[in-house]
Formats: sequence, structure tokens, C-alpha cells
Amino acid sequence: MWGYLFRRLMQSLLILLGISLVTFVLLYLVPADPARQIAGRSATAETVANIRAQLGLDQPFYVQYGRYLGNLLQGDLGRSYLQRTEVSTLIWARMPATLLLMLGAIVAELVMGLTIGAVAALKRNTPIDQSLMVFSFVTISAPQFVVGILLLYVFAVRLGWFPIGGYGTFAHLVLPALTIGLLGTGWYSRMMRSSMIDVLAHDYVRTARAKGLGKLRIVTRHVVPNAILPIIAMIGIDIGMFMSGIVVVESVFGWPGIGQLAWQAIQRVDIPIIMGVTLISACFIVLGNLLADIIAPLVDPRIKLK
Amino acid sequence: MVSKASKAKAPNPRITAGLKDLFRRPRALLAAGVLLMMVFAAVAAPLIMPYDPNAQMFEGLSLEGAPLPPSAQFWLGTDLLGRDLFSRLVLGTRTSLIIGVVANGIAVFVGAAVGITAGYFGGWIGGILMRFTDLMMAFPALLLAIVLAAIFKPSLLIVALVIAMVNWVQMARVIYTETRALAQREFIEVQRAMGSGPLRIIGRHILPHLVYSIIVFGTLGISTTVLLEATLSYLGVGVQPPTPSWGNIIFENQTYFATAPWLVFLPGLAILLLALSFNLLGDALRDTLDPRLKGRH
Repeated sequence: MWGYLFRRLMQSLLILLGISLVTFVLLYLVPADPARQIAGRSATAETVANIRAQLGLDQPFYVQYGRYLGNLLQGDLGRSYLQRTEVSTLIWARMPATLLLMLGAIVAELVMGLTIGAVAALKRNTPIDQSLMVFSFVTISAPQFVVGILLLYVFAVRLGWFPIGGYGTFAHLVLPALTIGLLGTGWYSRMMRSSMIDVLAHDYVRTARAKGLGKLRIVTRHVVPNAILPIIAMIGIDIGMFMSGIVVVESVFGWPGIGQLAWQAIQRVDIPIIMGVTLISACFIVLGNLLADIIAPLVDPRIKLK
Repeated sequence: MVSKASKAKAPNPRITAGLKDLFRRPRALLAAGVLLMMVFAAVAAPLIMPYDPNAQMFEGLSLEGAPLPPSAQFWLGTDLLGRDLFSRLVLGTRTSLIIGVVANGIAVFVGAAVGITAGYFGGWIGGILMRFTDLMMAFPALLLAIVLAAIFKPSLLIVALVIAMVNWVQMARVIYTETRALAQREFIEVQRAMGSGPLRIIGRHILPHLVYSIIVFGTLGISTTVLLEATLSYLGVGVQPPTPSWGNIIFENQTYFATAPWLVFLPGLAILLLALSFNLLGDALRDTLDPRLKGRH
């Protein structure tokens, strides 16, 4: 176990190193000259050259990457071109909002996804199962920004049940968490359905039935707990999907997280912020995958460590 | 299974049977019907569009200057510049399908090439290619696409290339796993022993076995591509106005969603229908072409 853990940890570090390299190459390729952007339009060529030298932009690629990496290791993600603030400061200030949204979304998709998947499996090949599976396809095929605006339109504008956007109370969290959660619901319900079908075919379920246990008791005590095991690890992988959705969903709902930060930076082509958010999201994904690989064999001893 | 390799050239019974089976599935038929209609709309757009999609019409706005709801004159209403929404949606079908097919085509080609090379040759080439694939998998696709789109000036081709650059990864992983398993089978060993070159073995004996996966994941991939294009265009870094794309129609009109909801939800419905159709079709293809997976996904 410890050897496996160590190997996976090393792999994750290597991937993070690779990610920092790719991010830096992208930064390096950006045609916009950061020195010119910082100096402003009216600056003289001399001022721009001074800023270039100050930022070290006149040095060769590997020197620049070395310094970038050194800064990263100290938690320094660079400075925003336009906001004149450290990118890391901006990101950390907005992290709690994003983490809260992530938590809300995970709860929403687990509750909806597992329920739908379980019902579909129990009603396998009936019209109920088929409509639930079509629903799961709809949730993974619907663009998140349209789902978000639709929920806003129906539940905030028309019905007035929830605020139109913003942050602060539980009511603010419901619609954005549902929007992200609906996408996950599609995936979880399909996995839960196939996992339940596998478990239902096992001998111990037949034994429980033969013992005369009630159907509800069999399902809640024997089938669901076993069917959930392989799905728990998916939560880690799910973080990747979550990270791709936050830019859109946070901007639709005016949720003050790192996704909205990235969206505002996109409008102003503030590359260091976009890069910072990308890098942090990539760290989340790597961490999530690592977590999934560690949790999977713990909850399900049948999975062999490789 | 071994005998199948030798008759790779004959009309493939699995595909004909699979197609027949496909037409017995109502969901797949419905999806195919929607797709046919959309392809028709894209090809015959100039004949279908009742108005010039870029014409800002005086009668397309109310006296107060607000967009008009659906009516007999403007079937799906008008947008905030007084342009006919139906005409713009029809032309938008073209944008979505072109990007969907081109971007996904490139992604499928790159993904399959990387997967086959890494899976067949293994060793350090395979190691490097698959570590790079792992790396790309750890990037949040949408953010990476945004960064790329922000670096290059967006045009249809650039948008397609950007989407392809983040979407080849899944295909590479699937094809890698399958090629790796195939490359170790006896009939491939026999070919190698008989002195066939790698290109010939891959083309004649490995590729035919991968066709099913390529078709299935290629179809499912178009759905991802369509959604990614819509999202990029919605964020303003995808297809640029005045070229209509379903995503940028929503981007242009979203501030009016409370008073003119049709401007957001009709293009949204179009995106959903296209993505859903490719997903349903891909899923049905997976069931019919690969009986091992039947009912498991």
C-alpha cells in the first residue's frame, strides 16, 4: 500500500511539473506583450524596454521557466496585468465561494444521481427506466449556461423562489449548485444503474430474498451499500468535470468564485489570472484523481493495486 | 475471433447486423431523424431562411425598440438588433455542424494516431505519448480551450483546432488500451514472424478491429465538441459575430432573457437537440456494435 501510494504521489508530482511547463509555454506564446500592457499605450519604447528587463522578459526561455517554477513553488502565481495585484491573493480570496459551490454541487448530484440510478435499476426495462435514462442523457447533453439561465428564469424571475444571483445565503447556493449538479446527475445515475444491476444479480441478494426479507430491506441494506462502493471513488474524478463548469456557471449566477474571476479576466485578456485559475484547477483535478485511486481500493478490496 | 482477421476485406457482417439492429431502436431512430433534419437545414440554409440573417430590420423591433416574440411574420421572433431569429438559427446549424465535424474529425484522427502508435510500439515512445495524454487529461478542457482561443485570434478554423486540441485525449486513451491488447495477440505475432512491416500490420490487422470503437467514440465525441463550441461562443472567445452560432446568439441576447426568453431558450434547445442526438446515436451504436457492453452503460 505505501509503495503504491508513494508511486502515485510521484506520478502526480510529475504531472503537475508537466502542467506548469505547458502553462508556461502557453504564456510564452501569447502575442500580447505584458510589458507594453503594464506600461500603457502612451509609454515610450525605453520605458517598455525597462519593464521588460525588470520582469526578466528579455532572458532566454529556460531561465524564464526556471524562475516561473521557483515562484510557483513559493505559491507565487504572478501579477495580474490590469488589477496590479498578486494572482494568488485574488484566487485565495475567492476560493471559499468556489469550494462551497463544489460541496453543494456534489451533494446535489449524489442525491439526484444515486436515487435516479437506483430507481432505474429496480424498474429495469420498464418505461420508468427508459424515461429516467433519457433524462440522464438530456442532463449530459444540455449546455450548462442554458440550464443555468433556464433555472434562473423559472425559479427566480417567474416564481421568485430564489434570488436572481449573488452570494451569501443558502438560497443563493441552490440554483448554481443544481446547475452544476445536473450534469453530474446524468453520469452518476448511469453508473449507479449499471452498478445496481450487477449487484442485484449476485447470490447474496437471492439468499436474502429466499430468507424472506422484505424488498425495501434488501435494497437499502444489501444492494445500495454494495452498489455505491465503486461510485465513491468517482467523486474524485468528478472534480475535473466540476472545474470545467465553474467559469460558465459562476458567471451566469454572479457567484464570486475563481470561475467568475477567470471569466472577468477573459473579457480583459488578463492572461496571468486565466493561467493561475487553469493551474489551480489542474491541481484540483490531479488531487481528485489521486484521491480516487487511494479511496477505490480502500472501499473495495477487490480492486488490485497496480 | 482469430478468423475475423483473415476476412477483414469481406463486407463486415457485424456492421450490417448492427445497422439493422440500430433501426429497431426508437431512440436511435429519433436521433438519426433530428440529425438528418439538421444536416438538411445546414446544407439548404439559403433556401430555407425567410430573411437575410444579418439584416437589421426596422419592422423587426417594436416601437419601443424591443425584440419581437414569435409571430406569423417572424416564426421564432427577432433578436435585439431586429434580425430574424429563425434565419440566424438555420445558418447557425451550419456553424455548429461544420465545427462539430471538423473539430471532431481532427480529434479522432490525432487521438487514434497517438493511441495506435503508443499501443503498438509501446516502449519509450508509448511511455512519452501516454504520459503526455495523462497530462492533457489533467487540464480543465474548457479553461485550456479559452486560453488557446485567447492566444490565437478566433476564426472558424481556429475554434475547430482549439476544440480538437483538447478533445483528442479520450480517443487516444480508448484506442491505446485496445491496441495494446490486440498487439499481444497471436495473430499479430504470426504476422510479425512472417515479416510484415508495422504499417501493414496496423493497417490490415489492427485498424479493422478498432473501427467499432472509433465509430462509437467518434459519434459521442461530436456531442462534446458541439457543447464546447457553444460554450466558447457563449463566453465570447468562440465563433465571432456577425457569423451566427447558437452559442454567440445566446451571448448577444442573454441580458434580455427575462423579457425575451425565446432569444436564449430556442438556441439553447437547438444545442441540446444536436448534442443529445449524437449522444443517443453513439450510445445505440455502442450497444449494437459491441455486444459485450450491452446494457452496461
